[in-house]
Amino acid sequence: MHKQVTIIRATRGWRGINIKELIHYKDLLWFLTVRGIKAKYAQSVLGISWAVIQPLFSTLVFTVIFGNLAKIDSNGVPYFLFSFVALVPWTFFANTLTDSANSLIANSAMINKVYFPRLVLPLSSIFSKGVDFIIGFILLIGFLIWYQLLPSWEIVMLPWLIGVLLMTSLGIGMILSAMAVQYRDVKHAMTFAVQLLMYAAPVVYPTTNVPARYQLLYSMNPMVGVIEGFRSIFLHTIPFPYTWMFVGTGVSIVLFVFSLFYFRRMERVFADVA
Amino acid sequence: MAEPVIRVQQLGKKYRIGMAEKKSDTITGAILNGLKSPLTNLKQIRNLSKLDVEDDSIFWALRDVSFEVQEGEVLGIIGHNGAGKSTLLKILAQITEPSIGEVRIHGRVAALLEVGTGFHPELTGRENIYMNGTILGMRKKEIDKKLEEILDFSGVEKYLDTPVKFYSSGMRVRIGFAVAAHLEPDILIIDEVLAVGDAEFQKKCLGKMEDAAKQGRTVLFVSHNLNAVVNLCSRSILLDKGLVTMDGGTKEVVDYYLSNKTFREVESAKSDNFLKSIFFMDDKNVNKNEFYFDEEIIFCFSFENIESRSKIGLAVYDEYERKVFIDFFNIPSSYYNSVIKARLPRKSLTPGIYNLTLSLLNPYEKVYWLKSNVSVFQISKLASKYEKLTYDFGVINLDILWEC
Repeated sequence: MHKQVTIIRATRGWRGINIKELIHYKDLLWFLTVRGIKAKYAQSVLGISWAVIQPLFSTLVFTVIFGNLAKIDSNGVPYFLFSFVALVPWTFFANTLTDSANSLIANSAMINKVYFPRLVLPLSSIFSKGVDFIIGFILLIGFLIWYQLLPSWEIVMLPWLIGVLLMTSLGIGMILSAMAVQYRDVKHAMTFAVQLLMYAAPVVYPTTNVPARYQLLYSMNPMVGVIEGFRSIFLHTIPFPYTWMFVGTGVSIVLFVFSLFYFRRMERVFADVA
Repeated sequence: MAEPVIRVQQLGKKYRIGMAEKKSDTITGAILNGLKSPLTNLKQIRNLSKLDVEDDSIFWALRDVSFEVQEGEVLGIIGHNGAGKSTLLKILAQITEPSIGEVRIHGRVAALLEVGTGFHPELTGRENIYMNGTILGMRKKEIDKKLEEILDFSGVEKYLDTPVKFYSSGMRVRIGFAVAAHLEPDILIIDEVLAVGDAEFQKKCLGKMEDAAKQGRTVLFVSHNLNAVVNLCSRSILLDKGLVTMDGGTKEVVDYYLSNKTFREVESAKSDNFLKSIFFMDDKNVNKNEFYFDEEIIFCFSFENIESRSKIGLAVYDEYERKVFIDFFNIPSSYYNSVIKARLPRKSLTPGIYNLTLSLLNPYEKVYWLKSNVSVFQISKLASKYEKLTYDFGVINLDILWEC
């Protein structure tokens, strides 16, 4: 009899991610992602177009308020483009945070009834938001064509930017989702925290407006490098921000690794306190 | 003896139950409490997952549970509500970790603690089959292969591409069970899932489980349906307050449980001021809970503190929670405190396990006291004079007059 042996006992301390198990459940991840997308837009008239309405309207409002009234510097490009390019990655980031923070609580019924790697829940919220990101990105390309702007050669860095974006979203998302199981405060705080966070990233203003001596500190927010990288590639606002990206990448890796362990540590009590 | 498929050793699980809120009678006190509450809340919530400190709010759901299950064995787990059955299953299913002790499992486990986990109302039947199947640990390819069978078993093929929110609850259960029935694990853990769905479907599910057992799978089965436990499981364990109180042949364990249950229920019934005693006897005035099929059953109960001109309602439910009959009796005023007997004609109930519900009504037909599951009795397939009756009795038993 060569069957797999499972030993169930109390675990202590920190433990790593079980990659093998995660691969076994990859189909579940896929179906959860599909469920996330389909369920979100089911029975709505505009359906998936909501994915573009959110960043588009924010951009319009920002253009009127920050661009026309407050006359914030936009590094010499139309303010509309300036903020839209930032809002594409930012909307993804903000939505994944809210969604993955809730992912465990919203699925507590499942957690209480079946064993599966809990990590697939926040992972699937991020993947299903990926669809919105792609749609926003396509719209961005449309605008660039309209404005007749060609991306710089640094477009080859795009995977790097998206990698950091994913890692940061996933990292914070996992920490928040694990915390939210025990502390429901997270859920209440999320809505306005995300709004406030936006002002800690260069969404409505350029990083060049931040005093030079604080810029390095500021770029510890991984979204700074990502957003400015997007602008540099598509709008040629500033040279590609390598320094900020290196700082941001470092921070996001630390964050990501910590979140993996933190999630696993909290995982064992999910079913008891959810 | 071969290595057991499941070995549970000194398993224990403690929970921290929520602490009572402090209330204040003065406004100043209330305001102070309100100001302090984030701090106290933080302490309480933090403690939810901290179980090292022993105090009043620690509750042991399971204590020192040890048993072994051999390959191909079908083990029943019975016990009162809150005896720890579900906690035990949750540990075996790896949903939650034990606090102490260890479980060793050989082989692939599928735990069915609920039917249709992960169903989303907006998704179609087909999508939900895949959703549910993958949650239970199947891969897409496996489901592809078994889709035909699953649909056959569930009988909802026609509505496969309709969102599940338009399904009846029965149809959802069918799909859910159909997926679960095609899991083919080495070890199957089933909790109370049969409590849903209609009787016909329940039979189908039980049949499927019997098949699994016949194919040499190991099955752990938790149910309130004692009949199903008796039919399916050769061995059972009885849990009480987190402890294994009995481990042995299902028949003995169920008998022990039944005799204990009646006793316990009367104990608890005493506290609510109306029902003083309840017991069952046969026509020879012998107290018992298990009756032959052709025996007369006499329900005996006495009340106290009942309102004048009260009426008793007596209802009997079968193991599927269906009401078999109900009858009423106006208590004559001079008998308020004496023993009241209800005689059930011979052969009126078919073999099975039945639950008794009692109620008291005032003259305006208003129920002022009701207690369900007051007591349990069993009718065996044995007839006192005859040999064991092995056929299916159907729903009712009639004394048919045959003529030639």
